[in-house]
Amino acid sequence: MIPKQPVGIIGWGAYLPQYRIKVETIATVWGTYLERYTEGLGVEEKAVAGPDEDTTTIAIEAAQNAIKRAQIESSELGAVLAGSESPPYAVKPTGCTVAEVIGTTPNILAADLEFACKAGTEAIQFCMGLVSSGMIKYGIAIGADVAQSAPGDDLEYATAAGGAAFIIGKLDGKAAASINASSSYVTDTPDFWRRSEQPYPKHGGVFTGQAYFHHVINAGKQLIKELDMKPQDFQHAIFHQPNGKFPEKVAKELGFVSEQIRVGMLVNTIGNTYSGCIPLGLSAVLDNAKPGDNILVVSYGSGAGSDAFYIVAQDAIEDKRELAPTVQDYIDRKEYVDYSCYAKWRRMIIGLEAKR
Amino acid sequence: MRKVAIIGVGMTKVGHLFSESLRSLFSKAVRSALEDAGNPKIDALYVGNMSAGQFNNQENIAALLSDFAGLNGIPATRIEEGCASGAGAIYNGFKAVASGSHDFVLVGGVEKMMDTSTCDATSIVSTVTDQEYEAFLGLSLVGINAMVMRLYMNTFDVGREPFAKFSVQMHDNASKNPYAQFPFKTSMDKAMNSNPVAEPIHLMDCAPLGDGAAALILCPEEYAKKFTSSPVEIIGAGHGMDTFIFHTRDDFLSLKAIRDSARDAYRMAGITPGKVDLMEIHDSFSITAFLTIEDLGFVEKGATGQAIDEGLISLDGPLPVNPSGGLKARGHPIGATGVYQMAEVVLQLRGQAGARQVPGAETGLTNNISGFGASSYVHILRG
Repeated sequence: MIPKQPVGIIGWGAYLPQYRIKVETIATVWGTYLERYTEGLGVEEKAVAGPDEDTTTIAIEAAQNAIKRAQIESSELGAVLAGSESPPYAVKPTGCTVAEVIGTTPNILAADLEFACKAGTEAIQFCMGLVSSGMIKYGIAIGADVAQSAPGDDLEYATAAGGAAFIIGKLDGKAAASINASSSYVTDTPDFWRRSEQPYPKHGGVFTGQAYFHHVINAGKQLIKELDMKPQDFQHAIFHQPNGKFPEKVAKELGFVSEQIRVGMLVNTIGNTYSGCIPLGLSAVLDNAKPGDNILVVSYGSGAGSDAFYIVAQDAIEDKRELAPTVQDYIDRKEYVDYSCYAKWRRMIIGLEAKR
Repeated sequence: MRKVAIIGVGMTKVGHLFSESLRSLFSKAVRSALEDAGNPKIDALYVGNMSAGQFNNQENIAALLSDFAGLNGIPATRIEEGCASGAGAIYNGFKAVASGSHDFVLVGGVEKMMDTSTCDATSIVSTVTDQEYEAFLGLSLVGINAMVMRLYMNTFDVGREPFAKFSVQMHDNASKNPYAQFPFKTSMDKAMNSNPVAEPIHLMDCAPLGDGAAALILCPEEYAKKFTSSPVEIIGAGHGMDTFIFHTRDDFLSLKAIRDSARDAYRMAGITPGKVDLMEIHDSFSITAFLTIEDLGFVEKGATGQAIDEGLISLDGPLPVNPSGGLKARGHPIGATGVYQMAEVVLQLRGQAGARQVPGAETGLTNNISGFGASSYVHILRG
């Protein structure tokens, strides 16, 4: 998919809660072997949403940072698209709350998207289309989650909270990066799911990994082939990070080397933020990229599908960097919590709801 | 009783076969076996399967599998006997041919386990133990084996090393088996330092979860030469039982079901253990393998570790055990395992086992047990 009129990222903004829990802390609670997660999954600690934070507040923080970097009036936005698999409400859009808080209502397209961990990159694709067609001037695409996992499940060692937002507009001198092309690879694959009445997702164990590799590798290969490019042409690549091992394997399979995925690789210090994962990885790359750098992005959403993007950093990226906190600023701002605090904040203590 | 020969074998590779279904797996094994046997017309089907109901939400699978394997219209029966379902199917197929009820019988085994999570699969597997007296109290199959391994280690003053050595040998063998789930070698260091599951059992002491199907074609020996130049005869068969609940056993370090099934199989075959050239045994855990080698009459109680050290079970040793890699490394698709064991011995006795061939093997033994030895089958084959 190549936009008819060139589009770009006018501003980007990330947000991570300040709280962290160490994987070691979780392993101690469940009596599991730490190495299984630190070495097996390559995750040391994960970001935990505070007691007054949820997907909506994370999306708002990220959107406000993106607007700062875009240097536009929020009234210039024509669409607010929030991608998540953990919206606070089953029925009541996150998108309109974000739109209200950032001051874009009422003449605004506001919507929520859900496709497991790739809802955020879908939001980017939708904004690309709206901008490229001339229907809107700017659109904001957000990927954010307070990632869900059942207590004691393998998922719990990595699921984290965070998100990032991108303001998409036509490609001009204000653009930090161009989005030259995108392609998607989607099949009906039941590797991970959550029914609406269930609090935590279920997954197919080993099969989930098989589904991940199949979709990410095929989406990446497809876009690289369409562009007639080689892995060596990219300075940066970001592959969805459910853990630290999977993206490394994908990189190797596609012909990339570790250095190319290093800057966008965040999972070992913040965990897997589901819909926020790729947006945060891309934000970290934009925090560091030089004008002219080629960036490959491949997201993954269970169910299942991958969105791939070819992005090129533009000259304006240098001046925008300091206008909002970087991902590294947020990674460095941290305070550790213990499991009891984490359990309380994540509403895992039975009886809390009854008390209300 | 008529003499019974095996004239065809078929197997799928064992593994995480996400692109296969219960029926497609079974059909592949059946087609391979039929082709191997020269496509005889099949009169009856016996299929071993432990828990399609729980793994695949599918019961009534004898009718389903016979239909989708192209065998519709013949009597088809499913045998369920926990982990020994595969050998149970063989035993019933053997009796059907030996008695004259049927001439050409297809015996298969299939288990499609990987469509469930590891956690769910582990719960399903634990249903082979007593749900009221064992599972109810949190005692899993690995828990029982862990207690027995601890008792064995204390009673005979052995460490974990001999058990790890057994697992390393299984991986060595599997590295030569194209049907194996884990066709690679491992080291003592990895075997000793793998994660504990239930002390003293570590991950490398355990058989994995996996999908797979295997099939055999049985017929009266008098017809076998028309189909193959190398029929393999089933010369002995025994089926033994023990108390279902582990804690009611008289002896925790000896499995009566194995002793009884071996006694009957040796008697029918008219041989002693010394005549066996190789065997495929049920090493769901390395401790199970140790007890089995001893209860089949090959080694004194407590001496298996020393026998392994002296090279007894290696491929070029006096009694190669599990040339396929065993449950540990060939894999353990539960209801199919007994059939895989016999398919391996048939290939060995035909001299068709490739890099893992035991030279000059003429007599082979298979042992497939359920639960912690609640039941056991021993079959003896001659090439």
